[in-house]
Amino acid sequence: MDRPATPPAALASGQAAPAHAAPEGARATAGRVNLHRFANPGRFLRLSGQLLPWIAAAAALLLGLGLAWGLAFSPADYQQGETVRIMYIHVPSAWVAMACYSTMAIASASALVWRHPLADLVAIECAPIGACFTAVCLVTGSLWGRPMWGTYWVWDARLTSVLLLFFLYLGHIALVNAFDDPARGRRAGAILALVGAVNLPIIKFSVDWWSTLHQPASVSRLAAPAIHPDILWPLLVMALAFTLLFAALLLLRVRAAIYAQRARALMAARAAVRA
Amino acid sequence: MSAALRACRALIARDVRLALRHGAETLAALLFFILVATLFAFGVGPGPETLARIAAGVVFVTALLSAMLSLDRLFAADFEDGTLEQLLLSGLAAELLALAKIAAHWLIAGLPVVLVAPLMAVMLQLPGPAYPAMIAALLLATPLLSLLGGVGAALTLGARRGGILVPLLVLPLAVPVLIFAVGATEAAAMGLSPRPHLLFLAAMLVAALPLAPVAIAASLRAAAE
Repeated sequence: MDRPATPPAALASGQAAPAHAAPEGARATAGRVNLHRFANPGRFLRLSGQLLPWIAAAAALLLGLGLAWGLAFSPADYQQGETVRIMYIHVPSAWVAMACYSTMAIASASALVWRHPLADLVAIECAPIGACFTAVCLVTGSLWGRPMWGTYWVWDARLTSVLLLFFLYLGHIALVNAFDDPARGRRAGAILALVGAVNLPIIKFSVDWWSTLHQPASVSRLAAPAIHPDILWPLLVMALAFTLLFAALLLLRVRAAIYAQRARALMAARAAVRA
Repeated sequence: MSAALRACRALIARDVRLALRHGAETLAALLFFILVATLFAFGVGPGPETLARIAAGVVFVTALLSAMLSLDRLFAADFEDGTLEQLLLSGLAAELLALAKIAAHWLIAGLPVVLVAPLMAVMLQLPGPAYPAMIAALLLATPLLSLLGGVGAALTLGARRGGILVPLLVLPLAVPVLIFAVGATEAAAMGLSPRPHLLFLAAMLVAALPLAPVAIAASLRAAAE
């Protein structure tokens, strides 16, 4: 907290140029190596610009591999039949939906503590991605439930908590966009994300709290997974692919948000000159 | 008694006095509670078995909704006329300020619901053995709703359409409260022990009591900046 908060204008203006960023970076690295130097938007843009193509390519490759393996070459389940293939989308999207909320909560915490403008952006850009993955998880889950449970929707603990996660994401998006001052929206969103993070353990342990219709978690038992390896491997490939997809989407969105802020600042500066 | 505690007591007394002088608005939230519960009787029909089955759920859902109704003015009036800024500058810890405001909100909006709920339960044919559990659950759940709701109210200070946002933010967080409160009442109605459900509610209250004021204080400071 001893360093002054970076004003939003600094984020939008010339920090991309290394000449401008140098004093800030030099001060941060002089004493010890720390993560604060990665909070510099200019450095982030350079680094993420180099990483993004690789991450995106890996995500596309693994997604193609996992989908082909899961949908065409893996065996059908002896009980669930062909419907088990929905799991290759459903389970990874549920994982990413929850991991996305953790990312959002961690980014929010560091935004509140250190006032990194970049952490704020990461937290905000997480919410729409997480909402989409949660929606995919809910839709595929109900499509799977129709042939398996005989109904599209069951008020089961885990289903309900994923639905609540969806509402938390939507509430976060609504709150962040509800203020005329974007900085105020970001602060409120960060606090809400931390409050909502209390919901994550409830999702995690709700399976144990209420014994319900839903399948107990079967992958986490690492010693003896209850899933046959023929199904487990494509599932793990898909999980990795979805994680990389999430990373690529997040980097892309944060980059776009930084550029959007710069464009706004430039337009404001031009309007000020004209006036 | 320390100065901080005296300030808290003065704050609570001020809010309660304000609520009593605007009696109509305070009564409106209570009236809303009774009206919505009545609507359920119209909605599902007057059959005593049906009503008895949904009574516990109706009581707690309407209690939750009527708490939401009074939330959007919890900090907004003080925020708009600058009182909140003065309170934050007064030297009183923002967390204590939040706790005092929440206590006042519970006295104004929570306690009346606890008092009226048995009446609604009688009209909804709630089985006799469930009453002590329901009142205990209400006594634990209504402060929880005030605490959770206070977070939503503080977060939306100064927002466009803050009134609609508060329920959107708070209702998902309040679901576990609803589950355990209804669980306690229904367990007692079926002759089972409501104790585990009540203990869960108490645990949530114990966790929310120190945590929610911290979140509220952070939101208030962000709003006053």
